[in-house]
Amino acid sequence: MRSCRDITALVSQGLDKQLSLGERLAIGVHVMMCPRCRNFQSQTQFIRKAAHRYTEQLQNSLDKKS
Amino acid sequence: MNTSSQLIEALLAEHRPMLFRFALLQLKDNELADDAVQETLLAAWQASASFQGTAGLRTWLIGILKHKIADHWRRSSREVTAAVFDQIDNDADEVDEDDFFISNGHWNGGPSTWNDPEAALKQLEFWAIYEICQNNLPPKMARVFMLRELVGLDAEEVCRETGLSDANYWVTMHRARLRLRECLEIRWFNQPKTQKDNKHA
Repeated sequence: MRSCRDITALVSQGLDKQLSLGERLAIGVHVMMCPRCRNFQSQTQFIRKAAHRYTEQLQNSLDKKS
Repeated sequence: MNTSSQLIEALLAEHRPMLFRFALLQLKDNELADDAVQETLLAAWQASASFQGTAGLRTWLIGILKHKIADHWRRSSREVTAAVFDQIDNDADEVDEDDFFISNGHWNGGPSTWNDPEAALKQLEFWAIYEICQNNLPPKMARVFMLRELVGLDAEEVCRETGLSDANYWVTMHRARLRLRECLEIRWFNQPKTQKDNKHA
């Protein structure tokens, strides 16, 4: 079984490219048993959402000031 | 110039300061940002027949500007941008990642469960914390992260624009996410609940 260090690196990569079936399985099996990596997975997805929302907010606030 | 084109020009000019500051965030250079905004307004003016009403105008303009900024990064020579990125300090970063994991690859501490992250998105105070955490990333790491997540370039484009190798890109983005995640956890999600409730009230 891959370590948390390896799995989180894969999770990160999965946000930026298509992973192989084997890689996705490795993540799936690992996060089923590892709550911390499961949290990492959902939280990195949340961070992406927040980054997009941040850009929108920035546009709004700059627009108000301008 | 007829009345309708003057109206369009006025509408576009109204958004100019906002576009400029947005470009400045990405380009960190007044002149470059101004150029990008001028190109954006010109392109918008030429294509003005293609938008209806003013509701989606800002979004539409930002979309054009993002393309202009991405164009700039595609055009600018490697020497200019790559020089900064070539100096990414791998030794310092290696130490950095070791903070998150112990030697057998298990978490050192590691992610706790966050209570209702969706609710945070609606709180003004959260965004102040988010900004602090994003600004706390080392500058080069922050730029890679912002190119990917704020400007919306894909991994390949970010590598091309920054001169980062494929492998270095994955490592850099991963570290950015590890850092950002930890910062948000410490500064927001693990803060005593009452504090947030009070702010919210």
